[in-house]
Amino acid sequence: MSSVGIKGYSYCLNHTPELGLHYGSTPFVEHETKGESDFLKNLPKYVQTYEKAAGYAPNQAYIGGIGYEEFEAAKTPWIENYLTNAQRYGKYGEIMPEDEFLGLMAICDVFDLIWLEKSFVEEVKAKLLKDPVMNESIVARLKGAHELAEIEVEVKDKKGRPLYYGGKVVGCVRNGHEIDDCLFAYVLMENLACKAGGVLALLHLLKNSGVRPEEIDFVIECSEEGAGDMNQRAGGNFAKAIAEIAGCVNASGCDVRGFCAGPVNALISGASQVAAGARKNCVVLAGGAVPKLYMNSRDHVKKELPALEDCLGNFAVLLTPDDGTNPVMRLDALGKHSVGAGAAPQAVTSALIYEPLSGQDLSFKDVDKYAAELQIPEITLPAGAGDVPHANIKMTAALAVMKKALEKNEMDDFIKRHGVIGFAHTQGHIPSGVPFIGIACDRIRAGTMKRVMIIGKGSLFLARLTNLADGASFLIEPSQGGSAGSAVSKEDVKSMILEALSEIAGKLS
Amino acid sequence: MQNQQRIKDAGEKFGSDCIVILGSSDAEGAEIYAETVSNGDPTYAGPLAGVPLGLPVYHVFDQTIRDECDPAAWEEQISMMEMVLDPEALAAAVKGIRDQFSKNAL
Repeated sequence: MSSVGIKGYSYCLNHTPELGLHYGSTPFVEHETKGESDFLKNLPKYVQTYEKAAGYAPNQAYIGGIGYEEFEAAKTPWIENYLTNAQRYGKYGEIMPEDEFLGLMAICDVFDLIWLEKSFVEEVKAKLLKDPVMNESIVARLKGAHELAEIEVEVKDKKGRPLYYGGKVVGCVRNGHEIDDCLFAYVLMENLACKAGGVLALLHLLKNSGVRPEEIDFVIECSEEGAGDMNQRAGGNFAKAIAEIAGCVNASGCDVRGFCAGPVNALISGASQVAAGARKNCVVLAGGAVPKLYMNSRDHVKKELPALEDCLGNFAVLLTPDDGTNPVMRLDALGKHSVGAGAAPQAVTSALIYEPLSGQDLSFKDVDKYAAELQIPEITLPAGAGDVPHANIKMTAALAVMKKALEKNEMDDFIKRHGVIGFAHTQGHIPSGVPFIGIACDRIRAGTMKRVMIIGKGSLFLARLTNLADGASFLIEPSQGGSAGSAVSKEDVKSMILEALSEIAGKLS
Repeated sequence: MQNQQRIKDAGEKFGSDCIVILGSSDAEGAEIYAETVSNGDPTYAGPLAGVPLGLPVYHVFDQTIRDECDPAAWEEQISMMEMVLDPEALAAAVKGIRDQFSKNAL
């Protein structure tokens, strides 16, 4: 079996500007090193309200509030053309407001680490119960209501980190250890936010795909966070912790890491397990990264633009055996950026795109869309990082010209037809091609697309272990009828042999 | 920041016999890097703030550098990016800075 069904998908955002203002690495480091600098004083002026974030076209495209065609047609610049009547919930998920997200973080805390103020807890509980993916048993986990005075003591005297809403302290993350920096309040806050995002995505995935939590048998988490202690700095395991909160009692799980290439590698890993028959309902998911909130805000403030990096990104994908009814991930046409491939963009593009296609006698034009590094250009352009998805498709087009699959004068048309406009937050692993899986599957089901390539690329060198980068890719296509359940049993073989023998015997007599 | 320190160390060790070749994909970024290694870090954020090393700096797309490269290696490693980027603009951006601040240009 070399194809695996993609049964469901979900995409959520958590609008968390106050986590960003205090704990996004850019403002956090500025505060720690320079105190209340001019940049920090100015940043709040450029922060978006929830309503603005919900009406921002790329955010709606991410949660499926608008279709991709509508997004392509949306008037730009998006920061001057916010959508009217934008909703919290979309076809794939939701944009959760910050107060509810803090509540969800507390729900996900099983170690009494998050303390929220009493009245805040009551307000948030009522709001969370209105969320269609929440239920009484999940919301009942929301405990830990405390007096503000107790919270202040944790922050002032015990190295806790305050949590804010509406500019006021509404809670804190308590410090997990006196000397183990893996368990400091900042790290625990980052990990619990990632866990909460993963839970939200998983709950939406279950709803979207009509699968009961008990049916999930394995979860692979692929964010860029590290959960552990000083003796095993990133021992894990987000996956199982997320499955527990969502009620996936029959699931186990593990984490797969690879910077921004993590999700594609995790999907290949999950699909391989399904293809081997080891798992039936395997979820690949990730929550978001608090440190990346307002990562490029220095440039946004300098250029007097909205600081758009105010959302954590989450996603979940459900992989099942190919039964002929769902679009499939092909496992016989994987792109791999090997150790020896080289670091030049040409070598990387060739390894991830040209090689898997040429191995299947496919050409560049046989793929409807190439989805790689889908960062929102209005975030990256002011920061001098260019339009990343556009740069990627330009490189693909140039390689196609070099491989004589395209004329040079066809490049612009190829870029327009086969490229994807970026609609994902600069959350590292989140923009890595995976946000397009939902759109691709919907279009394949509708018969308006035949083949999409999902590409992830990761900057491994950031960890100082190697100078290498990494990348991986796979194709999504319609099912060719399915291979699930087509394995031949012992009994089938016996009856076939008997049939053949009786045929021979008949001929001999 | 670490790269700035590396360039500073190499510049102090070898003087302006040391050449810096940039591969930046945008002209604005290329100008900042070029200025950093010739006249000092204009953002005053790194080890080269206020340190005018005067190093000769080129973009890899500059004809002078291209002439030095093995054509087969160029074809294999760089030719695709020539179609993606604007090689002349990038080379010119770095030249503008080199003409102002670099000593010992080739």
